[in-house]
Amino acid sequence: MAAIFQGVGAAAALSSSPSNSFDTKKLLCSPRRSFSARKGASFVVVRSDGSVNFDLNHKGRRAQQLITNAVATKADSSAAASSSKPGHELLLFEALREGLEEEMERDATVCVMGEDVGHYGGSYKVTKGLAEKFGDLRVLDTPIAENSFTGMGIGAAMTGLRPVVEGMNMGFLLLAFNQISNNCGMLHYTSGGQFKIPIVIRGPGGVGRQLGAEHSQRLESYFQSIPGIQMVACSTPYNAKGLMKAAIRSENPVILFEHVLLYNLKERIPDEDYICNLEEAEMVRPGEHVTILTYSRMRYHVMQAAKTLVNKGYDPEVIDIRSLKPFDLYTIGNSVKKTHRVLIVEECMRTGGIGASLTAAITENFHDYLDAPIICLSSQDVPTPYAGPLEEWTVVQPAQIVTAVEQLCQ
Amino acid sequence: MSAAFSTAKFATQPFPLNTTSPRSHDKPLFDPLKIPTCSSPFLGSTGKLRLSSSSKLNLHRRSGAVVAVSDVVKEKKSKSTPNLLITKEEGLVLYEDMVLGRAFEDMCAQMYYRGKMFGFVHLYNGQEAVSTGFIKLLKKEDSVVSTYRDHVHALSKGVPAREVMSELFGKTTGCCRGQGGSMHMFSSEHNLLGGFAFIGEGIPVATGAAFSSKYRREVLKQADCDHVTLAFFGDGTCNNGQFFECLNMAALWKLPIIFVVENNLWAIGMSHLRATSDPQIYKKGPAFGMPGIHVDGMDVLKVREVAKEAIGRARRGEGPTLVECETYRFRGHSLADPDELRDPAEKAHYAARDPITALKKYMIENSLASEAELKAIDKKIDEVVEDAVEFADESPLPQRSQLLENVFADPKGFGIGPDGRYRCEDPKFTEGTAHV
Repeated sequence: MAAIFQGVGAAAALSSSPSNSFDTKKLLCSPRRSFSARKGASFVVVRSDGSVNFDLNHKGRRAQQLITNAVATKADSSAAASSSKPGHELLLFEALREGLEEEMERDATVCVMGEDVGHYGGSYKVTKGLAEKFGDLRVLDTPIAENSFTGMGIGAAMTGLRPVVEGMNMGFLLLAFNQISNNCGMLHYTSGGQFKIPIVIRGPGGVGRQLGAEHSQRLESYFQSIPGIQMVACSTPYNAKGLMKAAIRSENPVILFEHVLLYNLKERIPDEDYICNLEEAEMVRPGEHVTILTYSRMRYHVMQAAKTLVNKGYDPEVIDIRSLKPFDLYTIGNSVKKTHRVLIVEECMRTGGIGASLTAAITENFHDYLDAPIICLSSQDVPTPYAGPLEEWTVVQPAQIVTAVEQLCQ
Repeated sequence: MSAAFSTAKFATQPFPLNTTSPRSHDKPLFDPLKIPTCSSPFLGSTGKLRLSSSSKLNLHRRSGAVVAVSDVVKEKKSKSTPNLLITKEEGLVLYEDMVLGRAFEDMCAQMYYRGKMFGFVHLYNGQEAVSTGFIKLLKKEDSVVSTYRDHVHALSKGVPAREVMSELFGKTTGCCRGQGGSMHMFSSEHNLLGGFAFIGEGIPVATGAAFSSKYRREVLKQADCDHVTLAFFGDGTCNNGQFFECLNMAALWKLPIIFVVENNLWAIGMSHLRATSDPQIYKKGPAFGMPGIHVDGMDVLKVREVAKEAIGRARRGEGPTLVECETYRFRGHSLADPDELRDPAEKAHYAARDPITALKKYMIENSLASEAELKAIDKKIDEVVEDAVEFADESPLPQRSQLLENVFADPKGFGIGPDGRYRCEDPKFTEGTAHV
């Protein structure tokens, strides 16, 4: 129920393009679908504006604020894919789709499965138009049965396909936890290396805008101790496309985390084919005084704080760790050896989260280089509250980052 | 659309098999409400259950007495039909496979008690007719997905007894290099997609394998890909969501898969009748738009007839089939199960219906094989099993260096170390001594 709801909400918010609504109409044979679409249309107006900030006429004040921040900090940053080169400009969700489409063209065994990925185009439009182009079998709309269609993806991967399984919302994949853990993670090992699982599991996660606890999960912590799985988080259109392509080509099962609030980030990316390294971190802003390790949406809170910090005379080094498992200990280590101070900023849960693991890895490997104890800013160990102010206090805010750096550099 | 069509088709008309089961002729649509009482021995010790009157009806759902091989034999004799259900060669293959399954499992029990294998070991004794009846009809390219009770499925699919035994001994020569164990048997060569130890989790994987077959044919245009997948599981699994979810998806997309229920009446200590609102599992097929068949799982020839039809349907692209095989395990759930709940009379009843004895009788009475020929097979299998034990015993235990292999298909998954090199290139990884 909730699943359908959010999907419709996002789509309605994203595009009321005539072609899309036409597509849905084609499906009138299914009464349930048309029912939910109708219901969504009337209901979502209220909800989507507040919750999913895709539409271009944001009515939600805070949503608009976020997008502005993200794009602005991006423009400030001296990140790899700079904008002066020729290339093309697109939004993050379009970059994901472009990567997926290119890989599907390149390799006929690449297929997509998930809820509403086909005719509907994906709840966040990452697979829009792909079913028309590649057909219903390659872009398979599945029933709402997460554990089973994820397991089906694993079975397909074992027998020669390269499925990309979309969780309509990452939280729904909790229902597929058994398949992800036992079969995705362990089967290559228990089979003595006989079967490979080249699968990508991806979807929108993280704390959005007042989506309520279940749709605002921080699942990195849940998945990180599964052996045999790699996890990456994208944060820019450039790395979203590059990581998507790399994940599809990898022989290992990869979970690709996308963030609900980043889908509309805009960036100019190269026209030519490229992929990102799944295991490498990304240097966002080189600096001297303190190493700030972050990923996904928190990258933009960090960059916002960085502006303030620079004005206050600090020179922070910002690294988007990107690979949540395994960590790029080379890039991280080099930075620690240079700055001797580490701040971790994440949206993950505090207990048993990525930051906790990162703290342990740094202490284990680079303790001698540290001049101060590592500070880890995580989101609070509470179910993500619905109310705006409570939700805001749950995740790390730029001001906290500034304070933490000041404390570290005392 | 097509799903709805086939629902209608099969809801009104049962599976179009002319099976050897007279039941399907007598009462094609079994209606529990119309059966006053049923003294089916298959109710077994669960007959002792005290149920409220409302659920009593469900208890009586087992239709007429199961028909044993011997009945078929009598039928044949009385009609003096020359048409036998199998040729001599086929009969010998079936017999050998069943004897192998039985002898192998008996040896496992011995080896377990002798401390040669550990963990949970679930033996297949009594259910051989199902594995043999189905898997011996498959091609090598066809896939089998099994459960924690997977040794015999592996053997039937062609995995050498040596490799299975060695896996149970935890040796490097095992079919999974000793990394899987009793409940995780795999063979990519023989398309055994596993041994799945948790209830129901293999069914989606099997559905995915069947999806691959369809994908190969329709997307990759491999017109000759007619591979089918068999998913084996028990009565307990039929109350699990993954079972229902996959019946739906398989029927929806007409996938080439056969859901084979080995209904041995007991999920460890939970009687099927205490766990299931409508215990006739095969009836759940038509509810999803696929045929549901009920077959005597103690009779390899009947199982084989049903399997032939179901596999044929799948190969021809006509979609999935649900087959419920009524069978029984002769041992406890696992070797650690004290097996105190099952009624001795129930056990005795099924012991008397031993599928191997029945096939033997059928073959001899129909002059398909002589006693001596079958004895020779028994002897040969004894040697195969002895050899498997010897092989496993003499095989080496895994070296430390094996520990970190196979965690990732691409070992770059272990990441980049502080020195900037991939950690898997570190000698400690090759030695298996690195901390990961």
